Amino acid sequence: MLRTALRNVLAHKARLLMTVLAVMLGVAFVSGTLVFTDTLSQAFRNQSAKNYDDVAVAVTSYADGSNPESGSGVSQKTVDRIGALDGVTAVSARVNGFAGVADPNGKLIGVGWSNKGANFAPGKDGKDPAYAFGQGSGPAAADQVALDQDTAAKGRYKVGDRVRVATNGPVKEYTLSGIFTTDDGAVSAGGSLVLFQTPVAQKLYLAPGHFQDVNVSAAPGTDDEKLLDQVVPLLPKEAVARTGAALADEQAKDIEAGMSGLNQVLLAFAGIALFVGVFLIANTFTMLVAQRTKEIALMRAVGASRRQVTRSVLAEAGLVGLVAAAVGLGLGVLLAVGLRSGMSSFGMKVPGGPLVVTATPIVSALAVGVLITMLAAWLPGRRAAKIPPVAAMNSVHAAPSAKSLLVRNIVGSVITAIGATAIAGGAGMGDENGRYLIGLGAFLALIGVIVLIPQLSRPIVALVRPLLVSVFGVAGKLAGQNAVRNPRRTGATASALAIGLTLVTGLSVVGVTVGQSVDKMTTDNIRADYMVAMASGGPLDGSALAAVEKAPGVSAVSPLTSTYLKLDGEFAPTSAVTPGDVEKVLTVKTVSGGIGSLADGRIAVAEDSARKHGWKVGDTLPTVFGDEKKGSLKVGAVFEGSEFLSPVLVGSELAAQHEKKPNIQQIFVKMDGGQSAAGEKALISALGENPAISVMDRQDIRDQFGGMINMMLNIVYALLAMALLIAVLGVVNTLAMSVFERQQEIGMLRAIGLDRRRVKRMVRLEAVVISLFGALVGIVLGVFLGWAIGQSLKDDLPGYALVLPWGRIGIFLLLAGLVGVLASLWPARSAARLNMLNAIKAE
Amino acid sequence: MTTTSTAYRSTAVAARATELSKVYGQGETQVVALDRVTVDFRQGEFTAIMGPSGSGKSTLMHCVAGLDTFSGGSVRIGDTELGSLKDKQLTQLRRDKIGFIFQAFNLLPTLTAQENITLPMDIAGRKPDKEWVRKVIDMIGLSGRLGHRPAQLSGGQQQRVAVARALASQPEIIFGDEPTGNLDSRSGAEVLGFLRNSVRELGQTVVMVTHDPVAASYADRVIFLADGRIVDEMLHPTADGVLDRMKEFDAKGRTS
Repeated sequence: MLRTALRNVLAHKARLLMTVLAVMLGVAFVSGTLVFTDTLSQAFRNQSAKNYDDVAVAVTSYADGSNPESGSGVSQKTVDRIGALDGVTAVSARVNGFAGVADPNGKLIGVGWSNKGANFAPGKDGKDPAYAFGQGSGPAAADQVALDQDTAAKGRYKVGDRVRVATNGPVKEYTLSGIFTTDDGAVSAGGSLVLFQTPVAQKLYLAPGHFQDVNVSAAPGTDDEKLLDQVVPLLPKEAVARTGAALADEQAKDIEAGMSGLNQVLLAFAGIALFVGVFLIANTFTMLVAQRTKEIALMRAVGASRRQVTRSVLAEAGLVGLVAAAVGLGLGVLLAVGLRSGMSSFGMKVPGGPLVVTATPIVSALAVGVLITMLAAWLPGRRAAKIPPVAAMNSVHAAPSAKSLLVRNIVGSVITAIGATAIAGGAGMGDENGRYLIGLGAFLALIGVIVLIPQLSRPIVALVRPLLVSVFGVAGKLAGQNAVRNPRRTGATASALAIGLTLVTGLSVVGVTVGQSVDKMTTDNIRADYMVAMASGGPLDGSALAAVEKAPGVSAVSPLTSTYLKLDGEFAPTSAVTPGDVEKVLTVKTVSGGIGSLADGRIAVAEDSARKHGWKVGDTLPTVFGDEKKGSLKVGAVFEGSEFLSPVLVGSELAAQHEKKPNIQQIFVKMDGGQSAAGEKALISALGENPAISVMDRQDIRDQFGGMINMMLNIVYALLAMALLIAVLGVVNTLAMSVFERQQEIGMLRAIGLDRRRVKRMVRLEAVVISLFGALVGIVLGVFLGWAIGQSLKDDLPGYALVLPWGRIGIFLLLAGLVGVLASLWPARSAARLNMLNAIKAE
Repeated sequence: MTTTSTAYRSTAVAARATELSKVYGQGETQVVALDRVTVDFRQGEFTAIMGPSGSGKSTLMHCVAGLDTFSGGSVRIGDTELGSLKDKQLTQLRRDKIGFIFQAFNLLPTLTAQENITLPMDIAGRKPDKEWVRKVIDMIGLSGRLGHRPAQLSGGQQQRVAVARALASQPEIIFGDEPTGNLDSRSGAEVLGFLRNSVRELGQTVVMVTHDPVAASYADRVIFLADGRIVDEMLHPTADGVLDRMKEFDAKGRTS
């Protein structure tokens, strides 16, 4: 039977090509992802190992100058004591934080990546082993800095140039003392690194004489673990010490975890490709079996058992799967190479290294390819086995399976109903668990609809038939009828598009809805004309607030300063704001009391918290302040909670009494005469033209919150592209089969006067009808899904309102129609070129 | 473009082939399917083309009906010379001036009998002449089955629908390619009876290729083809007469 299978594969190369393409695409994504991940993590692992090669013990403290809670780090004294331990050959102590470098136009270099500043820690030889200087040398004075090579190149800076560097404080100008290269991961990933003299860095980031990290090198032969035991007792409690090897391991793991997002996206693509591919494969084999009815019947007549017939079909599928998987594997490796170079062209420097192709991707590629193909061919194989031997004797062309769809419809309806119920139920629950239920329901509903799709095809296509007839005449009429002639095949073909469009529509609805409500939230809650924040997302320096307050044309200013407060013995997320101005820059809807009482040293609490704790206006609450001092605060107002306001508001001056350094998240500014170019310029210049500080107008604020959503949608649209690609293959396949089956009909039509143009149009319209049908099913299901997810998010999104992106949905339909047109190019051509005389000759 | 058939004017020619040749292949593999055939098909006449397999009878019909191209000579349908026509014009000619009845696959399975009958007019975008169509349907005796799809009709009924389709658009000439080839003798006789009636009563012109002497006996005239040439002609044929003539050719074929 294997020989028969092989012969069959060779005899239907063209038809099977579509199957091969679908399987190949899926396998390519699977193996490509695995190879890419393996290669990259190997490279990163090598690099980490190299970085910590000569580190015996690494000390890390998470001290941060802007957050006194985090501790004060490791003092110079401790560093010295570590240096004096037996076997220690060198100690390098590090301190780092945010530092942005302005290019000559005042723009931040390396936006979006990490912009880091650190201390230059020369050893006894005057060199810091972590940095290799190509030009100049490390900073030797307080007003000198060194830059990494890429950043210097981007800013076209040369040694001796003056460079503007912004840290959390004001911008300062430094002289460039040198340009270096480094293995630092952040720099590799496209970030920038500024080196300061150690005291400068300490002052900027922590406290004079203190470090965050200490790397200890030891003489050869020293036991790292023993050294670690000696180091630990010397350290402050918040610092952690590990051996260099352990740290390298940990870092590699972190990197892998960081890559898992990309990994998941890629594997999702593979999953979709394979899921959609299953339908294409099943369809192809169904057609092949139908086409071979007589052949199979003959085999049965001469003694082949049912089992042998099924096995022969499965063997054929296995062979096809194997070929497709092998090609897919090759393609996957290329994909991995492409991804790597793609990443570097995005500015990420991926460490070099050999391509790592382990057994895992090879085995999984082959297994996935072969198994998926055989799984998809299983049903057609069983159907083939049911062909009775007598079919060989029958001279009449075997009628296409006219088997009732009843069982199928019942099964489909039940599954769809369960799925829809789960989705609706999940939407009602409106929380995380609800979303899981929606996910499960979506999967079931999709399967159910796919089972039902043949039945759906008739009424839905019947709806458009009048349009087809009136616009396209007889070609439209015939196309409409042809599209539902074999509902199973039409259904399987449309499924590919339905799946893709369900996902894409669902996510578009969610994305646009969330985007819109975030947008609305922004407009509703922000009255300010501008928002000032660090580009790095870190806290702003107090000097920035002072600068903004003094800027000309400013009418109201309030910061949102994260403040530590314990009220009634419980930690309360608190923002310090400017009394009198806060309600001018943000929407504060007072429920009771007056927001103006903030000026009198009272606090305002959000309705939810007030209700939860039973607080009322006039209550006096025992308080613990940031500096651990105890006292009490009186509730002056209760307000409606909003996304932009912490549950507790307190006046800035009161908060400042208890905090060394304010942790300013944002500053909201209202200008005389509203938003204007002059106003924006005044603010920027008041802030010292600091490239690290961004001044955002209302549109920028909206974009900032909407940016994530757009990025997510772009990934989704890439998914759509792939679903469409596979759908094209499916439609081509179905049409080719239809044209083949209807040769005689087409020949007859040509003979009685249907011209080639209209034969083409007939085939093309059939493709478009099938594609649009699939798209429509997907869009309806997707909108339902989007609605359900939206419902479950409702509680987290005040001002939520379902938005249906009609424009985008229209584009999806248009694309689906285009899929039909594209897919029909070749089948329509071959239908129009059909040899009339051969076609109408009786069998 | 509509032409009303003028009944009982047997002198006018509906289709004419002059020195018609059809050659397949080149050089040594060259096969001459039609060898300078000249023949007239007169209006209001029922002509049968007979001949052994490979005699060129189907090729002759295909060339005259504008289904196939030819290598030499000329073909006229009415006033139209076919040799100079492109595919598109040929298609239009077939649509407007010719009716077809094939041996099998005459009907589209998705259309009802009624829709199949008016299909050529639908394709042309013409409104069918309702009265005429009703007359044809009455004559064929299909009134009760117009809403049925081909799968619900017997083979004989399907062929009758095909005859009705050919007649409904009132073409200048109807070509039949073994129209009774797949039918039992009774259904075959019915279909042939309708074809003959259409000639007698409606003045239709019919040309039919067949290898069945009984079928040929329904015609007014039988043309015999052998080796791509017209070798004989018989007016007012009978089944026995045709059979005898065929046997003569067979005998000749065997001895030569």
